[in-house]
Amino acid sequence: MNYLYTAYAITWIIHITYLVTVSQRYSRLRKEIEDLRRRAK
Amino acid sequence: MKKAFPILAVITAGLLSYALYEALVVAPTEQTMGDVQRIFYYHVPSAWTAFLLFFINFVASVWYLIRRDTTADILALVTAEVGVVFCTVVLVTGPLWARPVWGIWWTWDVRLTSTLVLWLIYVSYILLRRFSTSGQTPVLAAALAVFGALDVPLVYFSIWFFRTQHPQPVIGGGGSIDPRMLHVLLINWLAFMCFAVLVCWSRYRLERLQRDVDETMALEDLLDPRSSVR
Amino acid sequence: MSAAPLAASGVTLATLAKDIRLEWRSKDAINSMLFFALLVVVVFAFSFDPTAEESRQIAGGLVWVAFLFAAVVALNQTWARELRNQVLDAYRVAPAPPNSLFLAKALGNFLFVLILECLMTPLFVVFYKLRALGPGWQLVFVAILGTWALVVNGTFFAAMSLRTRTREIMLPLLLFPISIPALLAMVEATTMILTGEGRARFWIVLLATYDVVFTTACLALFDKVLDAE
Repeated sequence: MNYLYTAYAITWIIHITYLVTVSQRYSRLRKEIEDLRRRAK
Repeated sequence: MKKAFPILAVITAGLLSYALYEALVVAPTEQTMGDVQRIFYYHVPSAWTAFLLFFINFVASVWYLIRRDTTADILALVTAEVGVVFCTVVLVTGPLWARPVWGIWWTWDVRLTSTLVLWLIYVSYILLRRFSTSGQTPVLAAALAVFGALDVPLVYFSIWFFRTQHPQPVIGGGGSIDPRMLHVLLINWLAFMCFAVLVCWSRYRLERLQRDVDETMALEDLLDPRSSVR
Repeated sequence: MSAAPLAASGVTLATLAKDIRLEWRSKDAINSMLFFALLVVVVFAFSFDPTAEESRQIAGGLVWVAFLFAAVVALNQTWARELRNQVLDAYRVAPAPPNSLFLAKALGNFLFVLILECLMTPLFVVFYKLRALGPGWQLVFVAILGTWALVVNGTFFAAMSLRTRTREIMLPLLLFPISIPALLAMVEATTMILTGEGRARFWIVLLATYDVVFTTACLALFDKVLDAE
């Protein structure tokens, strides 16, 4: 029974991990854009 | 276009929750394997989604080789990454299903082994993209994707024949499926497909933005090399 | 236009002859391949301690793993010489089709690895007390088709890996997954021929199919890869 819940849990852990890395890259990118904008002014 | 994303997100969340409920509560319990069999409702849709994503990668790669269209290139990259994520899920849930049912973590079952090889091929694709310093990385990656796609039937046949020589338990079982189980399976597949679209969409937007920023920085470097960009 | 195929094969042969000449003088590749394969054989012999019975079951796998690693050593330096002397740029502007260059490189590697296999086989026979219980002549087909399968893709991926940060590791990383059907076929065919159980014909046909598919793919896509460098 544990195997079933573990399987479902790990599935979501894998997906969420990927989404977290994507959003981390997003925030880093947004910071870079801010830097660019500030320098352009 | 912008509005569509949050709407799709809400729909997907709803579908996934509903699908989960169906898988855990509504679907009938399997006779021989018991409740562990419910892993099937996550394992199989993930596999189908991964294969579909890899197929889109192949089409996008060929399109890129012919037309050199950036959209095709980004689509190829995105589908490869998300495909690997789903493929990882397949490779993890498979053994978790096999262990309680057959007592072994791994078996050289045709589908699981083919999936492993597919995973290896696309991980190597992602690594090529990441480590290549050539200006024409998209072309190289597209060529590799074509090779990978050509390899898939060969992989499947070779492992299939290998298995007929060395029989092993089959994960997932053959034979017909109870229509109620099929219904739950399809709902889960639909939910995961919507989820895949969402993830691909986000990753696509990220990549577009990244490339625009890179271009801007490159231009800045060109116009004014004195300013320290990074 | 009828001169073109003649010119192409001329370039292929000329490049091949040049590579063989250079290799013959330095013996770089063949020496490192040989030593590497020998090391692998010895290490395996210590790890497995084969009796005559067991050795036939595992020999197929061991032999091809040894040849695979040795082939990677050779493949890694396929283009290194060209890169050092900016020869690739010359090829890019030359009127000869890029495939001539590719074929020359692939054939050169093919020859070197085959020579390696001929030199190593007696050693394997001695170390593992091997004797083919099945039709031994089929091993020749397995060797030729299998080696070409590894070499044709290896030469192509070596060109792809030229501009990567981790060049030496990128080649095996790209080559091994794609080669899995061919490797499986080689190992299974060899094992079947050695143990005399089962018929290797399916595997040999699979190897031939693999060779045709990927040789075509390499020839079709090489010019794009060459331009990309």
